[in-house]
Amino acid sequence: MISVNNLNFFYGKSQALFDISIGIKERVVTAFIGPSGCGKSTFLRTLNRMNDVIPGTRVEGKVLIDGMDVYSSGTDVVDLRRRVGMVFQKSNPFPKSIFDNVAYGLKINRMTSSKSELQGRVEDALQKAAIWQEVKDRLHESALGLSGGQQQRLCIARALAIEPSVVLMDEPASALDPMATTKIEELIHELKKQYTIVIVTHNMQQAARVSDTTAFFLMGKLIEVNPTEKMFTNPDSKTTEDYITGRFG
Amino acid sequence: MDYHRHLDDELDSLRDKVLLLGGETEVALERAMHALVERDSQVAQEVLENDDKVDRLEVEVDRQCIEIIALRQPAARDLRFVISVAKMAPVLERIADHACNIARAAIDLNNEPELTAVADLRKMSEHALSMLRAALDAFTSADAIAARDVIRSDEKINDLYNYIFHTLIEMMVTEPQTATRNARLIFVAKHLERIGDYVTDICELTVYMAEAAFIKHDKE
Repeated sequence: MISVNNLNFFYGKSQALFDISIGIKERVVTAFIGPSGCGKSTFLRTLNRMNDVIPGTRVEGKVLIDGMDVYSSGTDVVDLRRRVGMVFQKSNPFPKSIFDNVAYGLKINRMTSSKSELQGRVEDALQKAAIWQEVKDRLHESALGLSGGQQQRLCIARALAIEPSVVLMDEPASALDPMATTKIEELIHELKKQYTIVIVTHNMQQAARVSDTTAFFLMGKLIEVNPTEKMFTNPDSKTTEDYITGRFG
Repeated sequence: MDYHRHLDDELDSLRDKVLLLGGETEVALERAMHALVERDSQVAQEVLENDDKVDRLEVEVDRQCIEIIALRQPAARDLRFVISVAKMAPVLERIADHACNIARAAIDLNNEPELTAVADLRKMSEHALSMLRAALDAFTSADAIAARDVIRSDEKINDLYNYIFHTLIEMMVTEPQTATRNARLIFVAKHLERIGDYVTDICELTVYMAEAAFIKHDKE
């Protein structure tokens, strides 16, 4: 369970998020939608402190993930990011072999005690990311030789290998063709049985297809959160309805 | 903004088309009852001939709904509008079919001596027609309150049907020579009663369109 209370976020003097409060349920897919610059990606990145790497940023408010206070001074950010994995818009495999891409996190976190355990965990992660069948015979070839869709699923496998409870996805399919997009969406559907998934997407049909809950952001504010079927048939807010029906602005 | 203007144009065109279908249905019912009450078989024949136009309009509405869903993926109020129209078109077409059945009864009865119960049927048909008009008005203005009023008024049609049914049965007993003709009038009354039910369906769709509320099987 992710619980966010009265979150404000600033890039220098410019406020990007205003008083966001939201509860994100376990093992469901929550989609964030909204126009470019509405703050949905910024908000996603507050959940595992990915904004910390941007100089001059500041956060107010509280984020609790499974009871852990994300912005407490005692929080181990490396451990947080292990528990809250992230997949980015552009797949970013390391210039290493397919195997090493997945094994990397396991090694640096010292999560395995033997070579055979490491191999087992790598296979398990590749299986979960629905890419095992495609790569099992070339695990030691460069990850950069994979197609865009395969690279993205490899990045998902890399995130899953270190056993997160939450997976954040920032437009994970926006650079992919429809076939590769379908595979990612099917994968999301499978993954929600085990993980809490939060996905940012520009594609409203994708939000409708993959998510159980949808949150609409506009100009740094959270306008509405509702079950996805309600959001797309009868949203509470007129602003949401205008956005969803394409009559915005 | 061009894209959305385009979608709005398509939704407007769909609304026009279903209202045209509604208008044709209204005229069919009005003229079928005129044919029966005024004993005008020529008008009854015209109602039957015009039914092809109603069928064509229903198919056109269907096609437009499918195209909008496939190509525009409407959501929220747009989706509710398209779905309501898609479900409304066959209901209107069925009302027109009932009007055709009344026109056929008129053609048969107009060759026989007149029956007194026709006057009661006229009253019933006037109520059915006013319900249909009010239902189409409520749909046009997405007025759920007006649609609910129309639904409530279906009770009057049911009461009139029961009254006419018993009157005609009584006449069939007391004047056995009118039995065949009065039996036809019972069918006409039944057609009108069914039209009341269909108008109720239209209003339920209007309530869904306006409020996203499913009231179809609510027992008030």
